[in-house]
Amino acid sequence: MNPPSDNGPQAVYAAIRAEADERLEAFRTAPVPRIHIGMATCGIASGAMETKAAFEEALAAQNIEAKIHSVGCIGHCYAEPWVIIDYPDSGFPPIFYHNVTPGKAKMLAKLFLLEGDPRFEHVYGATEENEMIPWVGEFPRFNREKRLITEKCGKVDPEEINDYIAEKGYGALAKALEGSPESVIQEVSDARLRGRGGAGFPTGKKWQLARSAEGGSKVVICNADEGDPGAYMDRTLLESNPHQMLEGMILCGYAVGAHRGIVYVRSEYPLAVSILRTAIDQAREKGVLGENILGSGFNFDITIFQGSGAFVCGEETALIRSIEGSRGMPQHRPPYPVVKGLNGEPTVINNVKTLASIPPIIENGAEWFASIGTESSTGTAVFSVVGDVVHPGLVEIPMGVTLRELIFDICGGIHKKKKFHAVQIGGPSGGCLPESFLDTPIDYDSLTDAGAMMGSGGMVVMDQETCMVNVSRYFLDFTQKESCGKCTFCRIGTYHLLEILHRITIGEGEEGDLEKLETLSKDIKAGSLCGLGRTAPNPVLTSLAYFRDEYEAHIKEKKCPGLTCRPLIAFYIDLDKCARGCDACVGCCPTDAVFTTRTRKKGIDLELCVKCGECMVACPPEYDAVRKVSPPHLAPVVDRPPEGEKK
Amino acid sequence: MAKIVIDGAEIETEEGANLLKVCLDNDIYIPNLCRLETDETPHASCRLCFVEVAGYKSPVPSCTVAVTDEMVVKTDTEPVRRLQKTGLRFLLSTHKIECKDCPANKQCELQDIAKFLKVGLKPKGLKQRFHETDVDERHPCFTYYPNRCVLCGKCIRVCRQEHGQSTLTFARRGIDTVVSCFQGDDIEKLPCEDYRACAAICPVGALEVK
Ligand SMILES: Cc1cc2nc3c(=O)[nH]c(=O)nc-3n(C[C@H](O)[C@H](O)[C@H](O)COP(=O)(O)O)c2cc1C
Repeated sequence: MNPPSDNGPQAVYAAIRAEADERLEAFRTAPVPRIHIGMATCGIASGAMETKAAFEEALAAQNIEAKIHSVGCIGHCYAEPWVIIDYPDSGFPPIFYHNVTPGKAKMLAKLFLLEGDPRFEHVYGATEENEMIPWVGEFPRFNREKRLITEKCGKVDPEEINDYIAEKGYGALAKALEGSPESVIQEVSDARLRGRGGAGFPTGKKWQLARSAEGGSKVVICNADEGDPGAYMDRTLLESNPHQMLEGMILCGYAVGAHRGIVYVRSEYPLAVSILRTAIDQAREKGVLGENILGSGFNFDITIFQGSGAFVCGEETALIRSIEGSRGMPQHRPPYPVVKGLNGEPTVINNVKTLASIPPIIENGAEWFASIGTESSTGTAVFSVVGDVVHPGLVEIPMGVTLRELIFDICGGIHKKKKFHAVQIGGPSGGCLPESFLDTPIDYDSLTDAGAMMGSGGMVVMDQETCMVNVSRYFLDFTQKESCGKCTFCRIGTYHLLEILHRITIGEGEEGDLEKLETLSKDIKAGSLCGLGRTAPNPVLTSLAYFRDEYEAHIKEKKCPGLTCRPLIAFYIDLDKCARGCDACVGCCPTDAVFTTRTRKKGIDLELCVKCGECMVACPPEYDAVRKVSPPHLAPVVDRPPEGEKK
Repeated sequence: MAKIVIDGAEIETEEGANLLKVCLDNDIYIPNLCRLETDETPHASCRLCFVEVAGYKSPVPSCTVAVTDEMVVKTDTEPVRRLQKTGLRFLLSTHKIECKDCPANKQCELQDIAKFLKVGLKPKGLKQRFHETDVDERHPCFTYYPNRCVLCGKCIRVCRQEHGQSTLTFARRGIDTVVSCFQGDDIEKLPCEDYRACAAICPVGALEVK
């Protein structure tokens, strides 16, 4: 790329940057404590608003001077709400506190900010290396990650563009604008970046196709529909650092020769929408978006389109129909959107994470990016790891890390005493893998070979108390409800899969059902119009391949090994363990099924029991007397003493 | 000009022609329900018109294939027939078999396809599933029978192609998907009284003129 000229984009950017740096410096060197609070949707759901209000109240009441800095999410769900208190004058390094309730907030305001005592018993770790407090950088949940996409999440205030600029934000754009559009495409191609929306299509190639496509009014669309249940990577990115994606979009526009961009974001993400709006306004004000960007003569503007929460609208052709005002139904490809997309114009559709990967690539070079990850899957992957793990949350790792490292080393493994059973990757299109696949490296090809897929990054970890038939049923229920109804195989085929799975989970499975599931699945994969139907059978096929014994137990023995399917289980009370006179389970039973036996212990009336499991939760751990069994006839029958009998 | 081979026979046609149309024009029957001659892009939703094209791994819907020179096509292979039969059985599992009372009886494309593929009208091994409503009278000019409908969408498209907009639309999702109509003033403005293209094009008698 050319050396910066005196009044070119780099020079214009330098002035903006100087202003942002100055602002940051003033914030950093002000002689008052700074309180950073994670205020993305996840934080708010865990009470971050109340925590912030408690800090504000305490600061006001006690006349403490401090600055509260609302930031996005750092991906550590288990720690929400979290704060970092940076109080240089106290002599302590910045300290990370987790699960900060309003009470804890008030206490910290008083004891730490006023009296200088950081309350070691509440400290999770320091965010810088030091001699007094363990540094979080020594914890695997922090140091095994490689953050490119989420690097600035939780550091910057998403509603303050200067925060992003002071972190070198929009520097990549300034750099690229001094070079040619082709060189941007070259850089992205050399980085071998693949789309993060699921299919892993090479981004450089997509952009090249769009650049060479004929059409006057090309469009760039950011796909932020994120409809997979349990996935929230894109939401977090948009809520925590929207500018990195926006910068990527502008770079894409420059590269392919488009002048407008649309962010397609689901309306169930109201915070992301409002933060995006602010970000777009601020970017226009700064001159990094709109007319004559950074004085380069390049024009590009971005608008927001809110989708209405249909999973299928994440599929690119359905997404386009939806923006055009029609029902979101996929169309046959080709023509691909890069040739004929929105209103017939060449359209690039990229996932949020794909676009957010662009600025670091332009800034640090393709070679740097390609050196991260594996040969065929470069860079990093962002997963939302949820389910039965100790440290759930968003994790960004270099491609090629194994499932075992991610689940056990980084996310803390399975909760106490329980065993790993399966991991579901790739959401409704993905698959369930057993323990023997834990050493599979996380990259596009290895996961596909295993029968799962990268998907957009949802990962559900399940312990031994999970029924894989029920998991399949859950996903098929989802895909059937979300099928747009257009094509025969998806609309009707997934219904039949669901119907069979449902029968199996209620104990009405029949000989031949498994073979039927297999043949129907294969036909649905081959026959469906779009990716939804083509991948919908994956959860069934993988669980049939790896957990067939569970299906067979349901059908042949009417037994649910994961003790999940209600019609196939029963609860009873172990009389050897039950404590005389304890009534904990009685009070919580919604159907009065728990009764007192002649020995003043408890029994369960199986006729009345609805198997909600409340008694098991209520039974004090020191007795641990409630048992679950399958098949139900294994539960010993304890007769209820007749009404009126003296107890 | 393109020379292609279909089931061993050489056929001359235009480069870029629609493969399904080429087959039908040459008396090679391929089951299909959703194709409209006037469609700009293939609707490709009924998933019956599969054929094998050399070079493709698995069967492709012929309505989506543009002919290229020297293309080799097979319409009667095991994988093709298998997908077609499964697709048809899926459709039949949501189609009430009351042929005797149906005005489309004997002109019904489902009947024809079932006969061609040698599939019984009551599909074995699949649970039948019907909508609660048998008859939908909401449209001022047409009666709609959801449990006959195969959701090919031709009624919606002919209407739109004719009038620029359509009173008919798909509604709901998944197995509950039906054809429905917009209510309100618009419906009165459209010349449904004079045009019956939607009912005429229905392959199964799911739309009847009132
Ligand atoms: C049913 C279905 C749902 C999809 N949902 C999403 C989504 O929520 N977000 C997304 O980025 N891509 C989604 N995709 C993939 C898109 O069609 C498209 O491939 C992707 O946005 C391209 O971006 P990329 O090249 O950056 O991966 C979905 C695909 C299917 C078939």
